[in-house]
Amino acid sequence: MIDPLEKTPFILARADEFITWAQKNSLWPFGSGLACCAIEMIATAAARYDIARFGMELFRASPRQADLFIVAGTVTNKMAPVLRRLWDQMPDPKWALAMGNCAIGGGPFPTYSVLQGVDRIIPVDVHVAGCPPTPQGLIHGLMILQEKIARSRPTKEILNPDARRKS
Amino acid sequence: MAFREIDLNMGPQHPSTHGVLRLKLSVDNEVVLRVEPVLGYLHRGMEKLWESLTYAQVVPLTDRLDYLASLSNNLAYCLAVEKLAGIEVPKRAQYIRVALVELQRLASHLAWAGFMANDIGAMSVLLYGFEAREDILDIFEEYCGARLTVHGVRIGGVIRDVDATLVSRIRAVLERIPHRLEDIRALLDENRIWKERTVGVGRIAAGDAIDYGLTGPPLRASGVAWDMRKDIPYSSYDDFDFDVPLGANGDVYDRYFVRLEEICQSIRIVGQALDGLPEGDFKAKVPRVLKIPPGEAFHTIESPKGVLGFTVRSDGTDKPERVKMKSPSFINLQSLEHMCRGNLFSDVIGILGSLDIVLGEIDK
Amino acid sequence: MPAEKADRPELAQALEALTGRFAASVLSGAVDRGELAVRLTKDALVPVLRFLKDEAGFNAFEDLVVFDELNASLGGGARFTVIYRLYMFPGALRARLTVGVGEGESLPSAVPCYRSADWAEREAFDMFGIRFEGRPDLRRIYMPDDFDGHPLRKDFPLAGRTRGL
Repeated sequence: MIDPLEKTPFILARADEFITWAQKNSLWPFGSGLACCAIEMIATAAARYDIARFGMELFRASPRQADLFIVAGTVTNKMAPVLRRLWDQMPDPKWALAMGNCAIGGGPFPTYSVLQGVDRIIPVDVHVAGCPPTPQGLIHGLMILQEKIARSRPTKEILNPDARRKS
Repeated sequence: MAFREIDLNMGPQHPSTHGVLRLKLSVDNEVVLRVEPVLGYLHRGMEKLWESLTYAQVVPLTDRLDYLASLSNNLAYCLAVEKLAGIEVPKRAQYIRVALVELQRLASHLAWAGFMANDIGAMSVLLYGFEAREDILDIFEEYCGARLTVHGVRIGGVIRDVDATLVSRIRAVLERIPHRLEDIRALLDENRIWKERTVGVGRIAAGDAIDYGLTGPPLRASGVAWDMRKDIPYSSYDDFDFDVPLGANGDVYDRYFVRLEEICQSIRIVGQALDGLPEGDFKAKVPRVLKIPPGEAFHTIESPKGVLGFTVRSDGTDKPERVKMKSPSFINLQSLEHMCRGNLFSDVIGILGSLDIVLGEIDK
Repeated sequence: MPAEKADRPELAQALEALTGRFAASVLSGAVDRGELAVRLTKDALVPVLRFLKDEAGFNAFEDLVVFDELNASLGGGARFTVIYRLYMFPGALRARLTVGVGEGESLPSAVPCYRSADWAEREAFDMFGIRFEGRPDLRRIYMPDDFDGHPLRKDFPLAGRTRGL
């Protein structure tokens, strides 16, 4: 929790700005494309909606090389442990974006096999609603995530590793 | 120590499995011995959920099955319900349905071409295919408001009528698609690397193909001219003039070739449907609460993935008693092991891509 | 709605041969709405499938559908109705075999006859609990192996029995 009255040394504030500027403009998504939302995610990365404008065109196949976990599609109970393991394999700093109604809260499937929301197993930073969200919606969600990253304080975590998010 | 057989796990998270599919492979050095797909990572319990929804409420959920070809799923389910309830769909609605479903076939095959080429390494084709697809998705968005999970075909007809503006927009898109297709073909058809990776790979003979239940373009690539649009025509398909492309060898290259030819044929069909659009209603009169007396009906269509069918059983209430889907990808995937056996490990990706599976349809 | 194909002579011939050869097991048979519809007892299932494939020409296995007749079974009928759908190519003809099977009973497997029945039978086992004899390796296909229950049965709740994760 950032205390707005806390006085930050000038150097650290500038360092924060620089680090977050670099982070938010070069997020590497780990496209965990599970279902229909994955197709819209790929359409966002394709030529018309062009996620490369944001520096995010490099979808990594391995979680160890990525820092943004886009959960695109329905998470089933069978897939949930796999997803958790993938999240754990991602190095810090990392962010998660729940794309689509299924990832947010189970979507239209209140059934025996569907996890009712991926935030039951990983901490989610941004929820993008829609079934599926349009590419414009996903880009809007990514821009909100960029704003969230811009507000964060990476120097605080570097100087005090125990303050790092526990998840 | 001779180290021969290795067990490998592919997935469920993998960039080239087209979804959450897990493949357990046994390889002897590089040659594949056994492939066992493990399913269920996207099993959402659709069939159970449908039993607690009304007939009309099931239609948008069918979009989420084969999410690359939503209108086909809608059509298959609506045809089964109309057969069960004895609803007569007006001719104009049938023609509009054909136009929509063939546009959807175009979109599905273009996306498939992109994915398959990307898996093998030709990343430009992914971008070309998706750009071509965007034109078609614009039309869907203008017609029914959604790009992907379209829900444009309803029980009794379609969601709304087409007017002259939309028809001219569709015709404009149909003018552009062949140029994009030419771009893709120029990159791949005679490309030496593409041919080395696809010709002679993943062969299946016609007899084996039928016995494994293969349907759709993979079956037609083996030379079997089975296309439900011609065999048991539905929704006025017998009014249209189109060819069914066939392959000769049943390998990956033939499956690629058959699908690209189908794109050309679909363009023809949409043009004919728009030219010959009859006057009439775009939807039959269906009661707002549709109750169907007890009975059972089965109807199949030719979706871009293969023969898609729905069995719908009614019990007199407004909710179906059971809806069972015959999923083409589910059945086609059974033949993966047969096709992969004896090929190299790196060919598994190409063969899997050529089957054009969609996990939403496999796992329901 | 497309006009139903006029009843073709091949279907009538196949029906006649079936009722002739398997008279004891064929409970009812008709050429109905352009397809051959036969209801039989489960012991005749594999011989009838073989006959239809090898002699009558139904070379493709289209679908296996299971219905849970929970309410009807309380009045004494079989718990599950299983329908096998066959297709003849070329020819575009369909056949539908209906078999009843009770709770805890098993059906002979169609896999030795039609390879494409493999996963359909595993799905029937996973979703309904119907066992199939005479095939290797009958195990669940969608649900995890340690899942308890058979989801598509009418007495299994939609949201499942455990709270999941």
